[in-house]
Parts: sequence; structure tokens; C-alpha cells
Amino acid sequence: MAVDNNTVKQVAFLARLKVEDSKVEQTKDEFNKILNWVEQLNEVNTENVEPLVSVNDTTLPLREDDVTDGNLKTEILKNAPMQEFGYFAVPKVVE
Amino acid sequence: MTDLTELTIAEALKSLKNKEFSATELTNAYIQKMENTREYNAYVLETPEVALEQARLSDEHYKNGTNRALEGIPLGIKDLFCTKGIRSTACSHILDGFVPQYESTVTQHLLNAGASFLGKLNMDEFAMGGSNETSYYGPVVNPWSSSEPLVAGGSSGGSAAAVAAHLCAGATGTDTGGSIRQPAAFCGITGIKPTYGRCSRWGIMAFASSLDQAGPMAKDVRDCAIMLRAMAGYDAKDSTSVDMKVPDFEQVLGQDIKGLKIGIPSEYRPDGLNKEISGLWDKSAQMLQSRGAEIVHINLPHTPYALPVYYIIAPAEASSNLARYDGIRYGLRVKGEKLDDLYINTRTEGFGTEVKRRIMIGTYVLSAGYFDAYYVKAQKVRRLIKQDFEKAFEKCDVILTPTSPVSAFKIGDESMQENPINMYLNDVFTVSVNLAGLPALSLPVGLDSKGLPLGMQLIGKAFDEETIFKTAYALEKDAAFKRK
Repeated sequence: MAVDNNTVKQVAFLARLKVEDSKVEQTKDEFNKILNWVEQLNEVNTENVEPLVSVNDTTLPLREDDVTDGNLKTEILKNAPMQEFGYFAVPKVVE
Repeated sequence: MTDLTELTIAEALKSLKNKEFSATELTNAYIQKMENTREYNAYVLETPEVALEQARLSDEHYKNGTNRALEGIPLGIKDLFCTKGIRSTACSHILDGFVPQYESTVTQHLLNAGASFLGKLNMDEFAMGGSNETSYYGPVVNPWSSSEPLVAGGSSGGSAAAVAAHLCAGATGTDTGGSIRQPAAFCGITGIKPTYGRCSRWGIMAFASSLDQAGPMAKDVRDCAIMLRAMAGYDAKDSTSVDMKVPDFEQVLGQDIKGLKIGIPSEYRPDGLNKEISGLWDKSAQMLQSRGAEIVHINLPHTPYALPVYYIIAPAEASSNLARYDGIRYGLRVKGEKLDDLYINTRTEGFGTEVKRRIMIGTYVLSAGYFDAYYVKAQKVRRLIKQDFEKAFEKCDVILTPTSPVSAFKIGDESMQENPINMYLNDVFTVSVNLAGLPALSLPVGLDSKGLPLGMQLIGKAFDEETIFKTAYALEKDAAFKRK
């Protein structure tokens, strides 16, 4: 399954990254090299094999559905590149 | 007086208890060395004032007889751990100036044990790399370099170099595909990746959450045992943390290994394996045999598929984990007219080449239409790899392999730069362990003809770090590796 230049641009956008036009060709080649290499997995017979999601056979612990770490607004905003009125500030999204 | 920085953690603790020197004196010795040895680029942030304040408290604890397990021991912390009030960046431009308002569980455990923190250690950006060359702060130089600068390995390259050059008594590392063990091998030190779930991942910047584990890197096996006991333990804040008693790993050191079955996997000896490495592997097996251990030949048939599985699962998880770096809540923000422009500009400028490569591969393998062909397929083969180990451990107690197929290479190596897969291949002996969630330790056993350290890896059953420590301690004694 080889990717083309368009797919590279599309994947970049999905990941919110920009690939310069001059780098698209090179990125595509690298992509295909890695994809060709991982495709050797097709040699392995995985019929009736369950996908492994977690290595430890534990069930996720549950807790009460309570707010447990509220009132940390100052700390949470401390690293914000831009904030206004106690909120994170972003460029205008609604016209 | 002897150089205090050359003492192991166990030796330093003994002397501190006997009041031969104070924690402040020990810390000052490390600070001086750290400030005079910047040529390795091991630290990305030095925090001498923090360390001295902690040492002052440790001296009081010694005075009052309330000293704890690591009282007064100066450590270096990989920059992947969030440390409260101390800049933590994962060595990425995108986390410029990020100062966590909380402490990671593992570092909190170390602080609770009385350790002090000398600073933050260099690493590959977001732990993605095997040579520490992807760091925004530049590569780490291996202290074993002679004529030309060599890599310290990665991703915990700063941790390995700092321990080897005595710039800290021990360091924290993290290991997603070999990031503790390979740099430990390259720098001639010891490091252990514990069983998945043994150490809390809370407050450690996530790379690939189903594979990431924190562990200690130190001068020898005993120091790793002491550090791991302090770092490990159940944490309700990490849903994959396992609620299990943490053993006193130090207790098993020196125990007899007679009758222990040591597995040697034939798949780890591919044609063309470096002769010096295969020779040291044989020698290590013989050393264990002469102590009464039994050598058992085992098979791990899906070994050749471990790297391709890893390079689907790790980038997939990374692409999801790294989606949080958007320029809104913390770190770097590069302006853009619209919100999407802000995201794109921030991420394009903030992430380095290797990180972007992996995010894109991960995004692709998770995208509609390819999810089953790549991601689910990889998860299935991952189960087969785990089952290989389960079968092998029916025949043996611990597995012995080399840690890396090579010793430290030069910074900027052409073949590694030319094709990313060449760099990925260095993880061939380490990634399977992460995929199976098992514990594994690397210890130095000798030097190659270039005078560079080579490491051996001991892989254990899940939650059986004790057998690893016991075996490693015996091998360490016989190999008698001379530290830098």
C-alpha cells in the first residue's frame, strides 16, 4: 500500500503539521520505506488471534464519579501562552 | 579524601549514616563536578540550589535519626518527568518554558525517600530516538569517547552519560523500546526497565502509553535495586499501575543461582551478529553456568516481527498522545490567523523531524481504511510475541541476551541519518520486552576492541525482577567490569 504525495499532505493536515512543498517527495519516500518494512507482518498468520491491547490482565479500576481535583484554576492557567479573564485565549473561531 | 562522586549509592548511604561526610558535602561534590563537566551536554537544566536545600533537610534527618531509604543521595532526573516548579520539556521546543505545577509520582516517591535532584537530564525529544541526537538541546556525548565524539545512546542518553561520568549518583530513565537499557549498555552502566505497571506513569510525559515504563539507571546492580524499590509502587492516578507489594530487591543480591535455568534464544543470534558481542554473550553464559546455573536453549520465533510491530504501535500511540501539544494550554505558541493555523504553525515549528515523522506514521496507521491492516494486525502479532515469552518461561527462569547489536557509534553517523530504519534496527534486542510488558536489565560485561562498553540483558517473568537482580548480581561479580 504505497502512499502518494496527496496522501502525505492529507495525513500532515490530519496531524496538524505542515510539510513544505519541497519536502513532500522526500517525506513520501521515507513513508513508503517504513510502510514497506512494516508490511512484513503480513507473513504472519494471525487467524484467531485476539489483538493485544494491554499486557497486564487487570480490569480498569473504577472510582466514585466525583469532582476530585477542582479549584486549581490558577495552577492550570500558569503555563498558558495567552489567557484572558481566567480563560485560555485563542484566535477568533466564530465569525 | 577520595572523590565522593565515585561512590555507589550503597557506599554513600553507609558513609552518610556513619557521619563520615554530610549530605551537603556529597551534594556539593556532585554540583562541582556537574558544573565542571558540561562537555557531555548531559544536563539541560542544573538545579544546584534545589539540591542543596534538599541536602540540608537530609542532614537534619541524619541528625535526628529519621533518615530514609535514599536520604541525601543526589540524583539526576530525565527531562520527561514532570517536576514541580522545575522546567520540564521532554527536550522538545514545543514545551519551551513549561513549569509543571505538580510532581510525577515516581519523582515524588524519590523525594519521599530523601533523595535530592541535581537537575534535568538530556534525552531524545519525547523519548523518540536511540542516540540522543533528536534532542532540541543537542546530542549527549558519551563519556567513553576518545578521538571522536560518540553517542551516549537513547533515549535516556543524558541519564546514562551523567551516571557514567559521576555527574549524579543515579538517574531516572524511561524505556519504551530500549531507552534505559541501550544507553546503559553504551555508557557502561546498569539500568532496569521494570515490569509494565510496576512504576506509575503519572506525571511522565506520555510517548506510547502501553509500552512506557520508568526505571533506575545507576553505577551497579545493587544501586538499581535500591532505587527501584523507592520508585515503584501502586498509584491510583495511573489506571495501569498494578496493586502489588514492592519487594526489597536488595535482599536477593548474593543469593545462590545454582539450578537456575538460563534461557538462550537462538533468534537473538542472527547471521552476521558482531563476533565480539556473541563472544561476550557465550562467556557470560559460561560464568553463570560455572555458578551452577543451567543453560537452556529456547525459541522466540516471532522475534523478527517485533520491530515492525513496535514501529506501528509506538507511533500510533504517540500520534494520539502528542495531539495535546496545540499551543493553547502550555509551551510554545506560534501565531496563526485562524485556530487551525495556530495549531499547524505551533506543531510544525515545535516538533523536531523524528517526532513529526512518527506522528505522521501513527496518524496514517490509525486513519480510516488502514486501521485494521496496520494497527490491529500489529496488536495481533504483539500477542504472539508475548505468547513466545510465556512458552519460553515454561522452560527457563530468566533469559540472557546481548542488549544491543552494536557499541556506541559516532555522532552524526551517515548510515543512521540516511535511513531512519537503520537507527530503528538498533532496538532489535530490546523492543520485544516492552511489547510483552516484561522486566529486563542491562549490565556492562566487557569492552570491545575499540575500548567501548558492551552490555548484556537479562529478561525476567512479569513481576519477577528479583530473579533478574539475583542473576545480574552474580554476573556482575564474575564479569568484573571496570567502571569509568
